[in-house]
Amino acid sequence: MLADDMACNHRNPKPATVFSHKNMELNVYGDDVEVDYRGYEVTVENFLRVLTGRLPPSTPRSKRLLSDDRSNILIYLTGHGGNGFLKFQDSEEISNVELADAFEQMWQKRRYNELLFIIDTCQGASMYERFYSPNIMALASSQVGEDSLSHQPDLAIGVHLMDRYTFYLLEFLEDIHPASKANMNDLFKVCPRSQCVSTPGHRTDLFQRDPGSVLITDFFGSVRKVEITTEAVNLTDPIKQVEER
Amino acid sequence: VDATWKELTNVLSGIFCASLNFIDSTNTVQPSASFKPLGIANGTDHRFLRYATLPREIVCTENLTPWKKLLPCGSKAGLAVLLKSEKLFHSSFHSQAVHIRPVCQDQQCKTMSLELRQTLNVVFDLHTSGQGKREWSLFKMFSRTLTEACPLAASSKIYIDITDNPQEEQFELSPATPLLSQAVVLGDRRTFSVYDLTQQVTFGTVRSLNVLIRWKSTEGDMLRPLLHAERYVAGYGLQTGEIHTLMYNNHPFRSFPVLLLDSVPWYLRLYIHTLTVTSKGKDNKPSYIHYEPSKDRVRPHLLEMLVQLPPHSVTEITVQFERALLKWTEYTPDPNHGFYVGSSVISALVPSTVAMNTNITEEQPLFSTFFPCKEESSYFVRVYTEPLLVNLPTPDFSMPYNVICLTCTVVAVGYGSLYNLLTRSFQIEEPNPGLAKRIANIIRKMRGVPPL
Repeated sequence: MLADDMACNHRNPKPATVFSHKNMELNVYGDDVEVDYRGYEVTVENFLRVLTGRLPPSTPRSKRLLSDDRSNILIYLTGHGGNGFLKFQDSEEISNVELADAFEQMWQKRRYNELLFIIDTCQGASMYERFYSPNIMALASSQVGEDSLSHQPDLAIGVHLMDRYTFYLLEFLEDIHPASKANMNDLFKVCPRSQCVSTPGHRTDLFQRDPGSVLITDFFGSVRKVEITTEAVNLTDPIKQVEER
Repeated sequence: VDATWKELTNVLSGIFCASLNFIDSTNTVQPSASFKPLGIANGTDHRFLRYATLPREIVCTENLTPWKKLLPCGSKAGLAVLLKSEKLFHSSFHSQAVHIRPVCQDQQCKTMSLELRQTLNVVFDLHTSGQGKREWSLFKMFSRTLTEACPLAASSKIYIDITDNPQEEQFELSPATPLLSQAVVLGDRRTFSVYDLTQQVTFGTVRSLNVLIRWKSTEGDMLRPLLHAERYVAGYGLQTGEIHTLMYNNHPFRSFPVLLLDSVPWYLRLYIHTLTVTSKGKDNKPSYIHYEPSKDRVRPHLLEMLVQLPPHSVTEITVQFERALLKWTEYTPDPNHGFYVGSSVISALVPSTVAMNTNITEEQPLFSTFFPCKEESSYFVRVYTEPLLVNLPTPDFSMPYNVICLTCTVVAVGYGSLYNLLTRSFQIEEPNPGLAKRIANIIRKMRGVPPL
């Protein structure tokens, strides 16, 4: 869900790119990105509907969260926020109570197995204070009463390119590959106070497994499970070949 | 039809990562004459046609990604290898399209199949993007070269227009290719050099193809289109305004009719009685007008006109409008940016200048110019004007908060004071005695004697 268009904005001197640092090494927008909700579609209502699955019947599959009780879900939120809320689109807010209730609905409907919640806003820890559903692990970039700060500005574009917590988190995750054995305790150590200026926090009391045994790749990166079968499958009518002219 | 239209827009919004689900009855019109279904179709009843625009949408990498995924080889082989978003969007113009139409599967036309055509138009301006020398190459434009054709493709070709360069005096094209092809494009017979990627010889010994054009001379004829148009909003203030549409006919001596389709959202209330069409200062009455008035929050305005454009002239169409005040929940999160009005569509059969070119009579037999070849006499073109950005009167969204704060303060202070005045009774109180007297009072209390 991207509320604003940064990459192809007319003011971007390098269109279709969003760099993490002004040395322009890493284009985080990439070449095969897919944005499901963009612009005015990013509203609190749509976000909660996606989480709980209460979408109108004509919603296409790519806009639905097709998860079941064996799915691990990663939720990453960033923006402006405060004690107990996150701002959407300059006109509305989502509160920590709403979010906690949405997660409880998801738990009741068995829509997730484990959930990792990362938030990078000012006073981000307030957003996970109210969670009460099992199997949720949460990370935040700052404690209540602290502000999250952004990383360096790029004077060519005129804005700060990335927030500190996200920048160091990205740096850490760039080293993780699909076979990595790094666990959650490493993730909690990302961006200490010396780098982030704010104190990142985390919450693991709702999580049933020990965080040290949870692999980061459980949430980041998807590995398809392949089942090999020896049965033969009959396809239906063969497709008619178009006559060669 | 409306239900399936809604479903179609929702499905397409999911496939192409664009907010096409915002298409609803407030921006959909049923054009009567400007659009006709392509391919083989039963009848052309305009009640089944729908046309909608979303002027606010942007095109970015997330739209190109699913577009590339529809190609049989994706972006792994063939020409699509060149389509990297970083280079494609760093251009002056970018347009992607997907066309689907029913076609005959074979010559007898017994069965129908659907043809999917994907087009991508990009205008690169290497000269102003600081490249210095006037040199175009695939590598400069896309930062990669071609190495193979898509194995699933029946044909994979590159066409370079060399009509203005028969003896290589304007530019030099390398690598050389023997294949040539001619086609009629926009009423003009153009010659193309063809690079066939399905043949291994195209890639030469280096196994890669980088088409390079090096310009020798600095002159070149700038092609002026015979028909182009522009549109702007005139007026001042936040109540009324005027939409001006200008259509230019650059043909030296032929006039031709154009069909103008305008779809204006309901919050700009058009006053059709102020519609004027003038060419060369004189009134130019359109021969066909189809107007569907808008209905607040239900339908937009639809205006279709058939206007005859006199040769070498500018036709100006003006219509006044009034801006409506929306309900406060209908405003977008950024209402001070403005509201967009979709582009006008101008469809025309433009006569080509080739048909009247008398030079041809010397080379071709007389009868072919007496009955000019259909494809060269006029061509169909559809021109889109730019979208408009109109400011609607915007309320101050902080006012509810301000009002609540103010009234609560006034009520609290006013009522509080009034209540105190009415219910509080005043008593006279002894001033606090000094320290010595207080200690003496304590001792007296202990002794059981009344205080001082």
